[in-house]
Amino acid sequence: MAKIKYIEFNGTEHEADVANGLSVMEGAIQNDIPGIDADCGGGMSCATCHVYINDDEWFKKLPEKEMGEDDMLDQAFEPKSNSRLSCQLIISDDLDGLTVHMPEKQV
Amino acid sequence: MIKTDVVIIGAGPTGLFCAHQLGIIGLKCEIVDNLDKIGGQCIELYPDKPIYDIPAVPKCTGEELTNNLIEQIKPFNFNFHLSDRVQELKNENNKWLVKTLNGKEFETPNIVIAGGVGSFEPRKFPTKSAEKYDGKSVLYSIKDKTIFKDKSVVIFGGGDSALDWAIELSNSSKVTLVHRRDEFRGAPASVKKIKELSDNKTINLITKYSIKDVKGNGLLESVEIKSESGESKVIKANYVLGFFGLIMQLGPIAEWGLNLNKKTIPVNTENFETNKRGIFAIGDICTYPGKLKLILSGFHEGALAARGCFKYARPNEKYRFEFTTASSTIKDRLGVKE
Repeated sequence: MAKIKYIEFNGTEHEADVANGLSVMEGAIQNDIPGIDADCGGGMSCATCHVYINDDEWFKKLPEKEMGEDDMLDQAFEPKSNSRLSCQLIISDDLDGLTVHMPEKQV
Repeated sequence: MIKTDVVIIGAGPTGLFCAHQLGIIGLKCEIVDNLDKIGGQCIELYPDKPIYDIPAVPKCTGEELTNNLIEQIKPFNFNFHLSDRVQELKNENNKWLVKTLNGKEFETPNIVIAGGVGSFEPRKFPTKSAEKYDGKSVLYSIKDKTIFKDKSVVIFGGGDSALDWAIELSNSSKVTLVHRRDEFRGAPASVKKIKELSDNKTINLITKYSIKDVKGNGLLESVEIKSESGESKVIKANYVLGFFGLIMQLGPIAEWGLNLNKKTIPVNTENFETNKRGIFAIGDICTYPGKLKLILSGFHEGALAARGCFKYARPNEKYRFEFTTASSTIKDRLGVKE
């Protein structure tokens, strides 16, 4: 279980306790947190669950990007070097306290 | 004008199985999809990914599922209208007049929207100023490459489309290729070629930059790009091309007066009709209490929507429920010999 903070582009904050094994994306969807669309349902096929990890320490601590995630991020709205697809961030106790920022829009 | 019992919008698994159910109960349909191939998300997003929750099929890929569905509706010889999109609906005397982008027209009592999460469209530049030039000098696909001859062309993207066009157009245009990072996701041979062309100054390659603004006075003159740390550059441009893959947009469906809930269409669960008589919605695009976005739910929804269509297509006939195992009528429709 990890407490994840989701911050919308307009600054609205949401917190959710997300069970281990789910993704950060699923944590948002299951708790009705707006800002993550996840059109493809977590298949790393659509780039609509794009988030920024503004804290550099956290960014380094996250599980590494698999092949293909950066390719998909190329297609996201305003990708940056601290961009991740939240469907690829699988929750473990280590992620407790993670904050993700949502982009202005997903497409 | 094509007259038919049902127009299905979307050739994904849900639309295909609904077509099957229409065929079984003796109705005709025409299927429109804006992709150039049959299969919807299964083909466009995850053709090779295994699916594990199709009833009685322990494991199959999106492509296998699509091929089996195509095989299943073959006996009915339904028409597909691919690379086309339903644009306009008009109601006249309880018939829907349907117009597509390519100018096809249908007259039908029923429309089944099996549109998934919308139609696949090219992802566009986020910059507002690019909209003014959209389709003229800011392009997301190329129909006629001769227009670029001797012009300055700035291409954005790191995939095969961006690389292939940068290579192709570098023969006759001044090409700048801009990508947000150093790595490219195109085929290795293309990446190598781009590096060569950049080394010998045939193309101008700029990485770690993205678009900031397009500038011009009626005619496009330049494009401004920015790095993540805020540096910017201005490049002369007659044309700007963006290749960022496809996104799913609800598109014209949003303008047909249907009730919408975010990007989904509320329906009743008796026959999956929307708030408009004769317009049904099934699959990922519909919503109702308890909705699951599973392919198997889409199959169920399609079967019930097909019966809903029967009522309007054959107002003077009574629908009779029959099993495919027992009904000789159905076997005739399927062309199976006993």
